[in-house]
Order: sequence, then structure tokens, then C-alpha cells
Amino acid sequence: MTINTLAKGGCHREQMACFRKMEKVIVAMQDPDMGMKMRNQRLLITVIPHAMTGHDIIAWLTHKYRISEEESLHLGNMLVKYGYIYPLKEPRCLVLRPDESPYRFQVRPLSMSILPTFYNPAIYLAKKNIRKQGELMEYEKERYSLLHKRINHTWDFVVMQAREQLRASKQRRKADRIVLECQEQAYWLINRPPIKYECIEHIKGSSSCLCLQIEACRKALGRNRVKSSICLEGFLKYSEQYLNHDPIMQGCLPSNPWISDDTAHWTMNAEIVPVPTRLRVERWSFSFMELLNDAMGRREFMTYLEKEFSAENLYFWQACEDIRHGESSKIVEKVEDIYKNFLAPGAARWVNIDSKTMDKTLEGIKRPHRFVMDDAQMHIYFLMKKDSYPRYLKSDLYKNMLAKAIVPQETKKSVFPFMRRQRHSSPSPAQTATQAAEEEGLAKGAGANSAAGSHF
Amino acid sequence: KYLSTFIKTLYSTSMIFYSCVLYIICEVPLNETLAHLKTESETLKSKLEEERAKLHDVELHQVAEKVEGLGQFVMKTRRTLKGHGNKVLCMDWCKDKRRIVSSSQDGKVIVWDAFTTNKEHAVTMPCTWVMACAYAPSGCAVACGGLDNKCSVYPLSLDKNENLAAKKKSVAMHTNYLSACSFTNSDMQILTSSGDGTCALWDVESGQLLQSFHGHAADVLCLDLAPSETGNTFVSGGCDKKANVWDMRSGQCIQSFETHESDINSVRYYPSGDAFASGSDDATCRLYDLRADREVAIYSKDSIIFGVSSVDFSLSGRLLFGGYNDYTINVWDVLKGTRVSILFGHENRVSTLRVSPDGTAFCTGSWDHTLRIWA
Repeated sequence: MTINTLAKGGCHREQMACFRKMEKVIVAMQDPDMGMKMRNQRLLITVIPHAMTGHDIIAWLTHKYRISEEESLHLGNMLVKYGYIYPLKEPRCLVLRPDESPYRFQVRPLSMSILPTFYNPAIYLAKKNIRKQGELMEYEKERYSLLHKRINHTWDFVVMQAREQLRASKQRRKADRIVLECQEQAYWLINRPPIKYECIEHIKGSSSCLCLQIEACRKALGRNRVKSSICLEGFLKYSEQYLNHDPIMQGCLPSNPWISDDTAHWTMNAEIVPVPTRLRVERWSFSFMELLNDAMGRREFMTYLEKEFSAENLYFWQACEDIRHGESSKIVEKVEDIYKNFLAPGAARWVNIDSKTMDKTLEGIKRPHRFVMDDAQMHIYFLMKKDSYPRYLKSDLYKNMLAKAIVPQETKKSVFPFMRRQRHSSPSPAQTATQAAEEEGLAKGAGANSAAGSHF
Repeated sequence: KYLSTFIKTLYSTSMIFYSCVLYIICEVPLNETLAHLKTESETLKSKLEEERAKLHDVELHQVAEKVEGLGQFVMKTRRTLKGHGNKVLCMDWCKDKRRIVSSSQDGKVIVWDAFTTNKEHAVTMPCTWVMACAYAPSGCAVACGGLDNKCSVYPLSLDKNENLAAKKKSVAMHTNYLSACSFTNSDMQILTSSGDGTCALWDVESGQLLQSFHGHAADVLCLDLAPSETGNTFVSGGCDKKANVWDMRSGQCIQSFETHESDINSVRYYPSGDAFASGSDDATCRLYDLRADREVAIYSKDSIIFGVSSVDFSLSGRLLFGGYNDYTINVWDVLKGTRVSILFGHENRVSTLRVSPDGTAFCTGSWDHTLRIWA
């Protein structure tokens, strides 16, 4: 669905997809064996033939699609809303009532007014075909097969509509019937809509588009793939590992703020807390990315690296991230800083990169751009990931953190369940940022050198 | 006088004849080349499907047989945010886990504290149909755009009297409507997708175009950034039924998937970054694995007839939430492929759905003018 089609309100792909599916449902409902049992329904004193009750519709949908009654009511309501079924009692109110109210199948539903080009002539020819038992004129036969090919996917619906219309017409007086038939025949004789080959779905086909596709296919053929069994096991493992951390699946401690109106969960898991929760510390062990993404985790890791005298790696990585995601105007300045602090021979925080990467990076620095540090950053990242990170997880520092971490008590259900807790507001991030900027401004004004504190 | 009309008719008939001849002359070779290209494209596509199928030794639901099934799911509307005067089209969460920004058809963009349901900021855009909005990672700005073909960034001022529109910064410029936008890891860069068939990466400060992404054959409707270690890729979905994975650095399309039967309205990465889900007008959601390079699951049901407008995963990736055009939300078990629950509540189609950053709840926006928080 795109805004272009929405604004114009014309027929479009989205509606076609919906109608196709709704038509399938209607066709199934009208199946002579497995479909709905139609009977004469009483509307006040009149007996309406070939009708069904709202209650029957819901029961049939519930049984056929194995869904709840609530869902069947909802689905049935959609069918009524889009005009496939119409109510006999209160015809202006397009709602499905789960009672003995009578309903009938619509003979000319919405889809036909929206896609008249193909449906109406198809239904006309199908009717003629049924009445004359296959004896159509030569040009009619041609047209019939063309239309059949064109809207093959909804042919069942076309035939069903033809049958409905024939049935409805049988109930008219003979004189009226003859007149209407003649009218119809004359109309279709004159109005033979041309069937173009280009249909709404196949607009693409320009050669440049195809060339791009061919190029993409060729590249894709050459790529390495992993066996499904290995990939899919990955999903199982991931879901299992994070199960306890998923509040919607397992709930969260002390309680889900949205349910209990208590923000304790958020306070306990704020960016910087004196003691983190156990789940949070556990999560640092899931992957290196989890550790780095958590401000406290990163701080802990930095402390560990300083003990190991390899903190420059993490400083370097942070500085590279700052370039990649920072302002374009500061790139040149930042690259220079990195060179001075980390790459130049004898630098204060010299990082150990292999010679090939170092040469490439130094070459690139001559013309600094956003991604000039990428290779070096990757190298250091994987160095930390493979070496320092696993050792950190085995270290006393981490183990102590884990032992100290708190496991919040689950909040007992309130004694007075009807009393709603007061929902307190929190300071807007914009506010804290402005305050921080002000404080930094003051500090800078005083001549102090503020540390490279970028927000991550 | 007769001479002039005679000359005119002679001229027009000769023009028609000339153009006919030209048409006939040019039409034949053009058709031949097109046909040739089409067949080549088709053969390569089937070859690609063969290659992909070779390594497909098991289905997801088979692997998931050993996993415990999910019990009854009870999720309710915990908050209803009323205040928009027209259809809500898009929303996004702030990193503080409780604030959201939402945009609607009447041009209004509102920032709410969803926990207290208070409105904190409101901006009126100069255009209607604001189809895209995003919260900056710092929480200090929001980006939005729509029928104005632009993406603008509004810094959030705390001074209630200040007109937010005054500090507005125009960042992105497309040649058709803006369908989606997202900040990358910082406030400094924005990724956009547009009805002009392209995606683009912009520098917020200067408004400069850093990279553009061409490859979709029709409107691009959605995008999502990958949560991977290297953080360099994103996926987009469009009206050409394709989902493309792009390299942000080079602008190249590195993977492409075309199994949906209709427009793809929403794409979202699986939390590990190894896969992504898509929701489409064909009433199905699908899961695509990036390492296996194929579609690995379809989430559909015969009774679900209306298209999916928006999808998102729960924190662990076990659940997939889909907002549908029939006003409902369907909750899917990602591993087993079954539908776990259906949620009713909205009174018109659900246009947008996002899970909160800490996974405690998800928010839906609808054409019934409201937003709901579910938990």
C-alpha cells in the first residue's frame, strides 16, 4: 500500500490481495458440500429463500478455520463491511450479529465496482456459458478463454457470481427478464474492453531494471551460504539464552512498570547504578557486543583492561566509533587526534596493529574520511573479543560483580487492587542533556579540560 | 484557406505515418532485447533458487519441535494515548524506555511520556500525511517527514513557550514522499527511504547526502538498521515485493529476497542480526535468514485476510508481533510458526507497531487516532 494509491483511492494491489482472499472464503462458504447450509429465513412475516443466520456464519467460520468465536465474529464483520454478505434486517447497518438475524450473499460486491474491467464481462460470459451450455459464439469463446487466463485466480468467484445472478434473475417476471437480457447483450456487444498485455502487476520490465537484476543474481550465485540446520539452531539457542531477559515472555522483576505502575524496574536498571541487577551482569557474558553496549559493562571492562595494561585498545575503539558516528565537520580533527594518541610512533597510548593494516591506515589518513579507521578498528575489536573478553569473564572482577549483583524481589500484588499507584513523571532526556551541556560549558569556561565524553 | 487546412492535414497524416514507421522500426529490436534480458533474468533466478535449496536440509518448525510450546498469552492495553486529530501513521520509542514520538495524517508530531500519558511536545508540520518519525538516540531531537518529500530534524526544547518549528533543520530531500526514517547509532546521521524508489544516508549537521541506495524497482516503504557488531548494513522493503540488504559504506545491495506476493510494508531485524522479518499486503509475515540466504518461515493463516502493516520482535526474538489492516494484532511463535494470540482493541487499521527498547511492552498506532501500549 502506498500513499499514491491511497490518495487517489483507485483500485490497487493491496485491495486486490484482500479481495482474492475474501473471495476464497466466500467460495468456500458457498461450496455445495462443505459450505453453509442455506435455508429459508423468516424476516417478520416474509420468508426469504437462500439465506443464513448470523449465528450460522460464526459457527461455520469457527469450525472451518479453527479459530475462536471472537475472531470469527471479527472476520464475519469484515465480510459484511466489504459487502460480500449483506444483512436483511436493518440493511444500512453493516454489522454481523451473532444471533438469528438473516444474511445473504451479495450478488454485486465491492470488488466488482473497483475492478470492473475484467470481472463484469467475465461474469456475463460465464452466465451465457452456463445458460447455453457451452454454445458461445466464436469471438465470445476467444474472449472467454482470454479472460479465464487473465483472472484465473478468481475464476471460482466469477462462476459463483454468474450462478448467483442467474438465480436472482429467475425470480424476476418473465417480461423483465427478457428485457434485461437484451439490454445486457447489447451492452456487451458494444463495450468490448480491450485486454492489454501490461497488467497492473507487471509494470517493471525496463531493460536497466533487468540488467540490475541480472547483475544481482550473478553476484548472489557466487556467495557462500550456511546450511539451514546450523542457522536455525542458532535461533533456538538465542531465544533460549535470552528467555529470562524477555519481560513479555517471563515477566520482569520487581514488576513490569506498565502493569503495576511502579517504575522500580527502570530505576534499578538505569544506565549507571551503584549495584547492577544479576540479569544485567549475566547478559554481559552473552556476547562482547552486549558488554560494550552497556555503559556500566564497558566501565567495568575498562577497569579490567587497565589492570592488564591494555586499556588503550578500548580507548582506541571508542575514538574510532566517535568518528564513524560523529559530525562530518569534526572528522579531520578527530583523525589527527587518533593518530597522535594511538598510532604515531612513541604515542602515549600506542595500539598494537599488524603492519599491513597499519600501513593501509596511515596511507588513508592522508585523505581522512569517515571510514578511514574501519580496518584498524575491526582489528582491535576482534583482538579484544578473542583475547581480553574471555579472560575478563573468568576474572575475579567479573565474578565479584556477579556475586554482588542484586536479584530484585517480586512485588507482591497490592492489598488494595483498586487503588491505582501515582504515575510519576521522569526528567526528559533533553533536560538532562541541556543540564550536562551547561555544566560542561561552565567547566570549559573555567579552563578545565573536559574528558572525551561522548554519549554512547 | 483550403490550402492551409490541406497542408495541415497532409502534415498531420505524414507525421502519423512517420511515427508509425519509426515505432515499427524501433519496436522490434527493443522488444527482442527486452525479451532476451527477461529470459536471462528468469534463468538466473531459478538457478539461484536451486543453489539456495541445496543447503536447505531442515525446516524451522522441525528444528523447533524440541522446544517447549508457549502457554496462554494475556496481553492487555495498559495505556491509551489520545490526542491526535487524525490517523496515526508512525511512532518510535525513546531510549529512556518510556517516551515515544508519533506522527499523524493531520501533520501533527507529538512527543509523549507514555507512562504518564502526558504530552510533552507537539509540532505541526507544513504538510499532511507525516508517514515517518524517529526519536534521536540522545533523546534530544526527533526526525519526521512525509508528503513534503523531506526529512526534518526538530531539537526538543524544554521551554514550553518556544516554537519547536523555529529550530527545524531540513536534512533529507527526496523526489517523492518519505516513507521511513531512522537515526543511525548517533544523532548525526539519518537513514531515509522514499516513494522515489531509493534509500539515502544523510549527515544531519550539513544536510549532505552521504550515500544513496538504488535497486528497488518501485516505492521503498520501510527500513531497519542491523544490530550487528560491525553495524554497517540495513534492510529495506518495497512495493516491488523485494527486501534488500545494503552495505551502508559502499551503497551496494548485498542480498535480495523476493518471495512475498505483494508490497512489503515493514521489515525488522531479529535481535541477533542474523535474520529479519517482513510484513506484507499479502497477509503474511516471513522470516529470512541472512547466512542461509533464504526465506525460512512463513507466518500466515487462512483466516487472516488483511495485510500486515508493521512487525516487531520481542526482546528474545521468540515472539513476532504483527499489526494488521483488519484492526487486530497477531502474536506469532517465531520458532514453531504458530499463532499464539490475537489482540483486539483498535477500531481501525493498525498502522505502526514497535516493541519498547527494554522489551517490557509494545506500542501500536492506528487509524482510529489513538496509540495503545500493550503489556
